[in-house]
Amino acid sequence: MKHMKTSIKLIVLSVIFLLLLTGCDVPVLQPQGPVAEQQYHLILWSIFLMLFVIVVVFVLFGVIVFKYRASRKNTDDYDPEKEGSRKLEFTWTIIPIIIVIMLAIPMTITTYDLEKNPSPEKKPYVVNVTSAQWKWLFSYPEDGIESVNVLHVPADRPVKFVMTSEGAMNSFWIPALGGQKYTMNNMTTKLYLEADKPGTYLGKAANFNGKYFAHMNFNVIAQDQKDFNNWVKKVKSTSPKLTMDQYNQLIKPSVVKVKTYSSYPKELDEKMKKNMDMMNMGNSKSKEKDQDKDKDMDMSKDMDMSGMKGDKSHE
Amino acid sequence: MSQSHSLNNQTPLEYSTEDGRLKIFGFWVFLGAEIILFSCLFASYMVYLHRTAGGPTPDDLFNVKEFMTETFLLLTSSFTCGLATHELRRHNKTGVIIWFIITLILGLGFVGMEAHEFVDYVGEGAKMSTSAFLTGFFTLVGTHGCHVSLGILWIIGILIQTARTGINPVTARKLFIVGLYWHFLDVVWVFIFTVVYLTGMVL
Amino acid sequence: MSNIKDFLLNDFFVTGEPMIYMADVSIVLVTIAIFVVLTYFKKWKWLWKEWLTTVDHKKIGIMYILAALAMLFRGGIDALLMRVQLTAPNLKFLDAQHYNEIFTTHGTIMILFMAMPFLIGLINVAMPLQIGARDVAFPYLNAISFWLFFVGAMLFNLSFVIGGSPDAGWTSYTPLAEKALDPGVGENYYLLGLQLAGIGTLASGVNFVVTILKMRAPGMTLMRMPMFTWSTLITSVIIVFAFPVLTVALAMLTIDRLFGGHFFTATAGGMPMMWTNLFWIWGHPEVYIVILPAFGIFSDIISTFAGKKLFGYHVMVYSMVAISVLSFLVWTHHFFTMGSGAAVNSVFGISTMAISVPTGVKIFNWLLTMHRSKIRFTVANLWSLAFIPNFVIGGVTGVMLAVAAADYQYHNSYFLIAHFHNVLIAGTVFACFAGLTYWWPKMFGHVLNERLGKWTFWIFVIGYNVCFLPQYWLGFMGMTRRTYTYPSGLGWMPLNVISTVGGFLMGIGFMIMVYNVYYSARYGKRDTTGDPWNGRTLEWATTSPAAEYNFANVPEVRDQDAFWEMKKSNRVKEWLNQPIKDIHMPNNSGRPIIMAFFFFVAGFGLTFEWIWVGAIGLFGVLITMVLRSFENDTGHHIHKEEVERTEREAGRIS
Ligand code: HEM
Ligand SMILES: [Cu+2]
Repeated sequence: MKHMKTSIKLIVLSVIFLLLLTGCDVPVLQPQGPVAEQQYHLILWSIFLMLFVIVVVFVLFGVIVFKYRASRKNTDDYDPEKEGSRKLEFTWTIIPIIIVIMLAIPMTITTYDLEKNPSPEKKPYVVNVTSAQWKWLFSYPEDGIESVNVLHVPADRPVKFVMTSEGAMNSFWIPALGGQKYTMNNMTTKLYLEADKPGTYLGKAANFNGKYFAHMNFNVIAQDQKDFNNWVKKVKSTSPKLTMDQYNQLIKPSVVKVKTYSSYPKELDEKMKKNMDMMNMGNSKSKEKDQDKDKDMDMSKDMDMSGMKGDKSHE
Repeated sequence: MSQSHSLNNQTPLEYSTEDGRLKIFGFWVFLGAEIILFSCLFASYMVYLHRTAGGPTPDDLFNVKEFMTETFLLLTSSFTCGLATHELRRHNKTGVIIWFIITLILGLGFVGMEAHEFVDYVGEGAKMSTSAFLTGFFTLVGTHGCHVSLGILWIIGILIQTARTGINPVTARKLFIVGLYWHFLDVVWVFIFTVVYLTGMVL
Repeated sequence: MSNIKDFLLNDFFVTGEPMIYMADVSIVLVTIAIFVVLTYFKKWKWLWKEWLTTVDHKKIGIMYILAALAMLFRGGIDALLMRVQLTAPNLKFLDAQHYNEIFTTHGTIMILFMAMPFLIGLINVAMPLQIGARDVAFPYLNAISFWLFFVGAMLFNLSFVIGGSPDAGWTSYTPLAEKALDPGVGENYYLLGLQLAGIGTLASGVNFVVTILKMRAPGMTLMRMPMFTWSTLITSVIIVFAFPVLTVALAMLTIDRLFGGHFFTATAGGMPMMWTNLFWIWGHPEVYIVILPAFGIFSDIISTFAGKKLFGYHVMVYSMVAISVLSFLVWTHHFFTMGSGAAVNSVFGISTMAISVPTGVKIFNWLLTMHRSKIRFTVANLWSLAFIPNFVIGGVTGVMLAVAAADYQYHNSYFLIAHFHNVLIAGTVFACFAGLTYWWPKMFGHVLNERLGKWTFWIFVIGYNVCFLPQYWLGFMGMTRRTYTYPSGLGWMPLNVISTVGGFLMGIGFMIMVYNVYYSARYGKRDTTGDPWNGRTLEWATTSPAAEYNFANVPEVRDQDAFWEMKKSNRVKEWLNQPIKDIHMPNNSGRPIIMAFFFFVAGFGLTFEWIWVGAIGLFGVLITMVLRSFENDTGHHIHKEEVERTEREAGRIS
C-alpha cells in the first residue's frame, strides 16, 4: 500500500514535470508566493488521492471488461443471479469516506489559513481594487496613487487587496500568486496574496462581465521595496491627478490602456469604507449610474503577453 | 356529526374512481411544488425586509385595521369552504353551492381589499420600483393575490359544472381539489400575516 | 411608417451579420420545404392526428427526442464556432458580442433544451412500459408539458434572428443581466423561454411521480422496479422541489427587467448575489436531474448486456436517494470565491465531497455487475462501458473542485469547463446515445446499424477526450472561461488547437449517427420479437414498436427484472394467452398545442415588453384551460376484437 502511494506520487510529479518541460508558463503549478504555494500543495495532494481512485477503477474496469467478455472460451464462472455483497459494498463505502476525510482536513485548515495574512510577522501593504467594464483600477491608499490595468506590489511582503466593483461583478485572479475572489458592486471582499520574489505575473479577470471581458488581462509587477518606492515616487512626480470627473468617465464601459495617476479623489476611499459598512445593511440609495452603451471601440490592436515571457522567475 | 358519519362509511365520492384518486394525489404533489415556490418568495422577502433604500418601511405602510379585516375575510372563507366540502360528503348539491358562493363572496372581498391596499400604497409613492423591500413585498403578497383570484375563477367554473351535472365522481373530485387549493392559500396567508404584517409592525 | 421600418430593421430583425442572414434564409427555406413536402404527400392530416394532438407517451417521447436532437445540433454548431474562434490567439472569426451570445445560447440550450428533454423523452418512451402501465397518469398534461418545452425552446432560439440573443451566460448573473447593463431583449428571451420550458418540466415531474407511485403493474413493489424507473422517480422528486426555485428566480429577474423591480439590481437595496444563490439552489439539483436518469439507463443496459442481475440493487437505490438529498445541500460550491468565509466554504466543500461517496459506490456496483457475467459489446453497451472511466475522470475532478481553498485556483477557468463537460458528456450525453440505441427498436421497430454505431462511438469518444482533457491543463495555465480570445505569448495555442480538433471529431461522430438513422430506417434489421437484446424489464415484453395500449394484458410481476423472471419460469406464453378485455384509453386533443401557442404569444409579447400582447396570450391560455375544464372527456375504449387482431398480426397469439 505504502509502496503504491509513493509510486503514484512519483507518477504525478513526473507527469507534471514532463508537461512543464514543454516550456510554457503553468502558473497554478508554479506558485510564486505563499498563498499559491499552499493551494499548490492542496492541489497536489488531491491529485494524488484522485489518481489513486482512477488507477483502482481503471484497473478493475480493464480486467473485468476483458475477462468477462461473452466471447471468452470458458464461461463456467457465469453467475447471473448474484445479488450483491454486503462486505464488498461496505468496503467501497468506507474507503471513499476515508479519502474524503483525508482531503477534508487539509482543505479546512488551508481554507481558514487563506483568510489570514500569509506572513503575519510582516505588515501587509494595502491595495484597493475596483473592477469596471472592462478595466481594473488600483488605488494605493498608503501612497495616495492610482494605476489602471497594471498592478505594482512590493515583493516579499503580503498585500491585502480590498476589492469592489463598479457595475457588473468580476473576479480578481493572479494565478501565480494565488486563487481568486469576486469583486462585487456595493460590497467589499478582501484577499491576501504575496509574491516571494520580484517578477511579472499574469493577472486575470475571471468572471465574465460583458462584451470586452477578454481584454481585462493585466500585468502584476512585483518589485523589491526599494524599486517599488521608486516607482511610487516616479508616478507621483510625473503622472497626472485623477479627478472625480475623470474617475466617473473612466468607469464607463470602455477598454483603456495602462495608466497611472499621482493621486486619486478622497471619495473613493470613503466609498470603499461605506461599502464595507453597508455590506449587510443594504439601505443604499446609491445614485443610478447611466451606463452608456459602449461606444465602438477600436479592438484592432491584438493583445500580446509575450513581454512577460522573458521574465521567468523560475528556472 | 353522527349523521354524516353514517353517510360516509364508504369511500368518499371523489376517491371512488381511479381517475379521481390519481388527480387528487397529483394535486398534492403539485401543492408540494407550490410550497417551495412560496418558501422562496418568503425567504427573499425576509432578506429584503430592511433594504428600503430610504423609501417607506413596513411600519410606515401597513394599516392594522386593513390587514386584520383581510385576514378575517380569508380565514372565514376557508371555514365556509370547509363546510362546502362537508356538504359534498353528504351529497348535498344545494349546500355545496351555497357555501361555495359564500366562500366566493368572502374571497372577492379579500381580493378587493388587497387591490385597494396596493393602489393606496402606490398612491403614497410606495411602488414596486421604489426599493428592494417593496419589490419583495408586492411580489410575495401579489403572487398570493393572483392565486386567490385564479381560485375564484376556478370555483366559479366548477360551480357552474356542478349546477349543471349535479354531484358525481367528476364534480366531486373537482370540488374537493379546489377546496384543497383554497385551504392551501389560506395557510399561505397565515404565514403572510405573521411574516409580513405582524413582523413588519413589530420590527 | 418610417418609424416602423426603423424598429423592424434596428431592433426587431437582427441585421448586419452574414451568419444571421444565412440563418434567416435557411429558416425560411426549411419552413417552405416542410410545407411543400407535407402538402405534396397529403400528410397534414396525418401529422395533426397522429403527432401534434397525440397524448400517447411513446409518441410524445419520440417528439421530445427529435426536438432534443435538433437542439443538440444547434448547440453543437455553437460549440464548433467557439472552438474555431479559440484555436489561435487574437482570431477575428467571431467578434466579442457574437462570441458572448454563442456561449450563452450554447450552455442554455445544451442543459435545458437538449439534455433534459432528451432524458424526459427517453423516460416517456420507456418508463410507463417498464412498470407495465398503459400510459402516464396524466396523458393530457404530458402533452402540455411537451408543447410548453417545445415553444420555450422555439422562443429561445428565435432570439438569434429576431431581437438578438442573450449574452450574459447560461447562469445569467446579475447585475450584468439586469436592464441597466444589458438593455436589449436578449435576456428577456432567456427569462421567458426558460420559464415556459420550466413550467412544462415541473408538470412532467408531477406526472412521473404519480405515474410511478400509483400505476405500477400488480406485484411490482418499489423494490422490484427497474433501476431506470427508480432513477426517474428520484429525478422527478428533485424536479418537483427544485424547479419552483427556478420559476421564482426567473420571475424575479423578469419583474426587475420589465417592471422596474429591484431584486437583483445594484441600486435601491437590490442584492445581485441573491440571484446567484437562487440560481444555484436550482442549478445544482439540476445537474443531478440530468445525471440520475443517465445512471438509471446505464444500470439497465449494463445489466442487460452482462446477462446478469444488477449488483447491489438496494444500495444502488439508497445511494441515489442519498445523492438527491445531498444535491440540495451543496449549492454554494459554485461560488466559493464570493468571500462567504472559511466556515461556510469548508462545510459546503465537505458536503460536496460527500456526494462522491454514493457516486463512487455506484461505480463499483456497476463494475461488479459485470463480474462473472457475459458481456456483449453492442453499441448501447459500449456507450455504457465508456461512461465508467470517462465519468470517473469528471467525478474526481469534481472532488478536486470541491476542495474550497484549491477551487480559488480552478474557479472560472478551463479546469472547470473540462470538469463539467467530463460529467455531462460522459454521463448525460453518453446515456442519451446509449438509451437511444437501446430503445430505438422499441420506438421504431428496427435496430440501428451496429457497424455505423461503432464508428460513431469510437470517433465521438476519442474526439471527446481529445477535446476536453487538454482543457484541464489550460486551466492550470490560467485560461479563463467565456473569453472570446486570448493574448499571444502565453503558450495557450497548442492545447487549444488540439481541443478544437477534438471538437470536430465529435461533430463527425454525430453526423455518422444521423446517417445511421437514415440508413437503418431503410436497411436496418426489423425487430419482430419485441425483445431484440434478450431484455430483462417489461418494455421488452411487448411488441416493437409497442401498440397504442402497450400491453394487451398487464403482466403480473413476481421479481426484480420482471420480464427476465417471466422468461425463466416460462410464463410468457401463458400470460399472452390470457383472455383479452376492452381497453380504456385517453382521447387525443389539439388543445395542448393550442394552449402552448398562446403561451408562446404571451412569452413573445413579454420579451418585447408589449404587455398587451402578453396579456392576450395569457388570456388565450386561460380560455383553453376553461374549455378543458368544461369538456366532458372520458376517453375511449379499444374493443377487445381489435386488440386481439393487433396481437394476432404481431404473431403473439394464435
Ligand atoms: C462527484 C461529483 C461531483 C462533484 C464533487 C462536483 C463538484 C463541482 C464543483 C465544486 C463545481 C464548482 C466549481 C467552480 O465553479 O469553481 C462544479 C461545477 C459544475 N458541475 Fe460538478 N461535481 C460533481 C458532479 C457533477 C455532475 C454529475 C454534473 C452534471 C452532470 C456536474 C455538472 C457541473 C456543472 C455544469 C458545473 C459548472 C456550472 C457553471 O459554472 O457553469 N457536476 N462541480
Ligand atoms: Cu454543483
